[in-house]
Amino acid sequence: MANLRWKLITIAVVLVVFAGVGVYPIVAARYGVHSPAWLMDRQLKLGLDLNGGVQLVLRVQTDDALKLETDTEMERLRAELAKANITFTNLASPDPTHFRVEGIQTPQDAAFRQASNEVQANFDRSSAGPGAYVFTLKPNVVVQLRAESVVQARQTIERRVNELGVTEPSISQQGDDQLSVQLPGVTNVDRAKGIIGSPGLLELKIVEQGPASTAESLQVNGQVPAGMEIVPGATVAGDASSTSYYLVRRVAAVTGRDIRTARSSLDENNQPAVSFTFGTEGGRKFGNVTGENIGRQLAIILDGRVQSAPRIDSRITTDGRITGSFTADETADLALKLRSGALPARLDYLQEQTIGPSLGADSIRSGFYASAVGLLLIVVFMLVYYKLSGVNAAIALVFNLVILLGLMAYIGAVMTLPGIAGFVLTMGIGVDSNVLIFERIKEELEAGHGVRASMNAGFNRVFWTLVDTHVAALISAAFLFNFGTGPIRGFAVTLALGLASNLFTSIFVSKTLFELELSQRRQAATLSI
Amino acid sequence: MHIFKDTHFDFLRWRWHAIILSWVIIIAGALTLATKGIPRGVEFAGGTVVITKFEQAVSVQQVRDALDRNLQGGGQNVQVQAFGAPASHQVMVRTPQLSGESGTELSKQKDAVVDALRKGNIGTFNVVGTELVGPTVGQELTSKGVWATVLSLAGILAYLAFRFQFSFGVGAVVATLHDLLITLAFLAFFRYDMTLNVIAAILTMTGYSTNDTIVIFDRIRENLRSMRRDSMRDVINASINQTLGRTVITAGTALLTSLALFFFGGEVLHGFAFTMVVGIITGTYSSVFIAAATVSFWRGSAPTRAAAHAPAESKPVAAAPQQPTRKAKPQKTQRKARAS
Repeated sequence: MANLRWKLITIAVVLVVFAGVGVYPIVAARYGVHSPAWLMDRQLKLGLDLNGGVQLVLRVQTDDALKLETDTEMERLRAELAKANITFTNLASPDPTHFRVEGIQTPQDAAFRQASNEVQANFDRSSAGPGAYVFTLKPNVVVQLRAESVVQARQTIERRVNELGVTEPSISQQGDDQLSVQLPGVTNVDRAKGIIGSPGLLELKIVEQGPASTAESLQVNGQVPAGMEIVPGATVAGDASSTSYYLVRRVAAVTGRDIRTARSSLDENNQPAVSFTFGTEGGRKFGNVTGENIGRQLAIILDGRVQSAPRIDSRITTDGRITGSFTADETADLALKLRSGALPARLDYLQEQTIGPSLGADSIRSGFYASAVGLLLIVVFMLVYYKLSGVNAAIALVFNLVILLGLMAYIGAVMTLPGIAGFVLTMGIGVDSNVLIFERIKEELEAGHGVRASMNAGFNRVFWTLVDTHVAALISAAFLFNFGTGPIRGFAVTLALGLASNLFTSIFVSKTLFELELSQRRQAATLSI
Repeated sequence: MHIFKDTHFDFLRWRWHAIILSWVIIIAGALTLATKGIPRGVEFAGGTVVITKFEQAVSVQQVRDALDRNLQGGGQNVQVQAFGAPASHQVMVRTPQLSGESGTELSKQKDAVVDALRKGNIGTFNVVGTELVGPTVGQELTSKGVWATVLSLAGILAYLAFRFQFSFGVGAVVATLHDLLITLAFLAFFRYDMTLNVIAAILTMTGYSTNDTIVIFDRIRENLRSMRRDSMRDVINASINQTLGRTVITAGTALLTSLALFFFGGEVLHGFAFTMVVGIITGTYSSVFIAAATVSFWRGSAPTRAAAHAPAESKPVAAAPQQPTRKAKPQKTQRKARAS
């Protein structure tokens, strides 16, 4: 008896907790009951189709991708020329699609042509006067690079939005170089904008000179030395004069691309920082660079600002840390951006608009109506077919509903109309566990066993069947989660939660209810099933 | 109450008929897909966005009605949303792409929307923006979704091979693949658009089908221990018959729910509910006719004694849960022996 009491207490506690998280906030919000914020924060959110949200339109600055290509090839040419001992007076890029070399000596002209063949693949070379050449990015490459950068930006934004925990966003390309991002709800739009829009480009570069208080003091003869660039340090908020400048190598030793994962952490002074781990290839590259440059400074540059420039004490191959004046929230967002990869180009926000639900009120109403009818039909069927035991199944079903709602609210899931329909369907399929158990009890009763023995046998024998069906489904959910993307992952999470809650209600809750019923009767000769 | 009591249908007798019927449907479906292609929803195909600004307040529903009535190809695939601040009376209309990606598409679609709204006579408006939009569902989702499904089937195969026998794993995976193909065939016959909702339904239905199959397999495993003198064929038939009541009831409740969604859920849930209805029917059918038949083909119809794994008559200790079940649960074996 004491055993039964504890089971009932457990069930009551579970019911109260999940109803509190999953059901209460919906009811309270609907009827305007004032409730503490910690309870309401976890409320199930409604998706774009039911409730609308915010639409952000961004333009991808595709010139950035062209500039990156041009700069990279120009530096490659510089390296080739140095290797072949060819002298020149000037090598620079006036705009994103061109670079120009000047001052090639006539005797070295043939050698130059030879060396520059290396960078010919994506560029057209044309002569621009004596000893000067202009390299122009080929038009088809321009088109291709622009298109690719929009696609990459879209994928990166998709990963970032998903990591942000906003499920069921809708992202699409609009026109040639615009992206429209629709987010359900309107909470935290500013944070979302910050995360979506900032490039998140991490570069680690060897410091040649610095820090200095002015950029000019780092120049040689009024010019930035070849193959170098001057990068400003991050300013401390509210103190512009504290900016310092670093002369660093133009080509990055490693970039954010080489990072396998990043997470927020604390540095040795207990300040918020971001730790990252290199992938195999990145680790090898970083190991080479740090090994060759022990004793020098390494600038950690984020979106064109030096965050810190620690001295390299030894060869480093696996991990690194970005320190600076960050808050804990900033490090979390930065880690997210590093994990999801850098944007290939900068973004401009063109527009921010609230949007209404994409489904009409009629559609929403009939969707809810159909879901309610579906649920009701299951309950009625179970009551008619299993009589009093059907009540047991119906209670288990309500439990299932409450637990699943609570779990989904807790993980911050977003409810869409098809999501609700799927939810109801999960309930319809979930009664299978009850059906299995009840049918087995019937079989045992027909074989002439007593009520109590039949009930126990029904649960015991079906237990392993349920384990097998649920584990098989969980395995498939795990694969869908791991290898799927976007909405497929959301589906996998809902599926896994539904399975867990179903196992609990069909085995534990349902059996306890039977025990409760049998304990009320001295001699149980019949069972209404 | 009992739907089926002590039935003795010879299900395996019909296995060839079932296999031929399934192939006919699958091939017909493949031919339909090959000739007509898969109609893709706006999420997959992209389309045109037209933003209109009305001079006076207009409800989203009015705009939707006007488009439903007057826009060719209107209805479910056209999205209408309020846009911007309520006082600005702006409405965003998203229509699916009709033809290829020609440059004239944009203006053609805009004109069609404008015409439809004029005919609807719901107020004066002007168009403040028109854009071609790409699909919201990227290529990534499609390719990754297919991979995830293939791998999850491999996972189920491995689990069932471990918990049952390899042939059972093969049976379950063959049955699930069968259901996928049949469902796709029916989607092709009835020309439903491939949308995210339909994909969610296909995934749900796959889970349902596997679940249904495992329940029957579980009974076969149990009977293999108690019916060691009978042929595999008899064991399978007996197992299907014993679980028939449960099979029909579960399919019934799931079907009831899906039909409710189909008939009352409106346009939006049609594709989703249709996929589920087909999936539940084929999932149930395949558990009985395809999954079990595959096991019987794989194992032959010899008496099960040699093939069955050594049953555990000894050691009446409570079985450890983690043990492979073929050796576990001596308690069960005893009980069954008493019952039969």
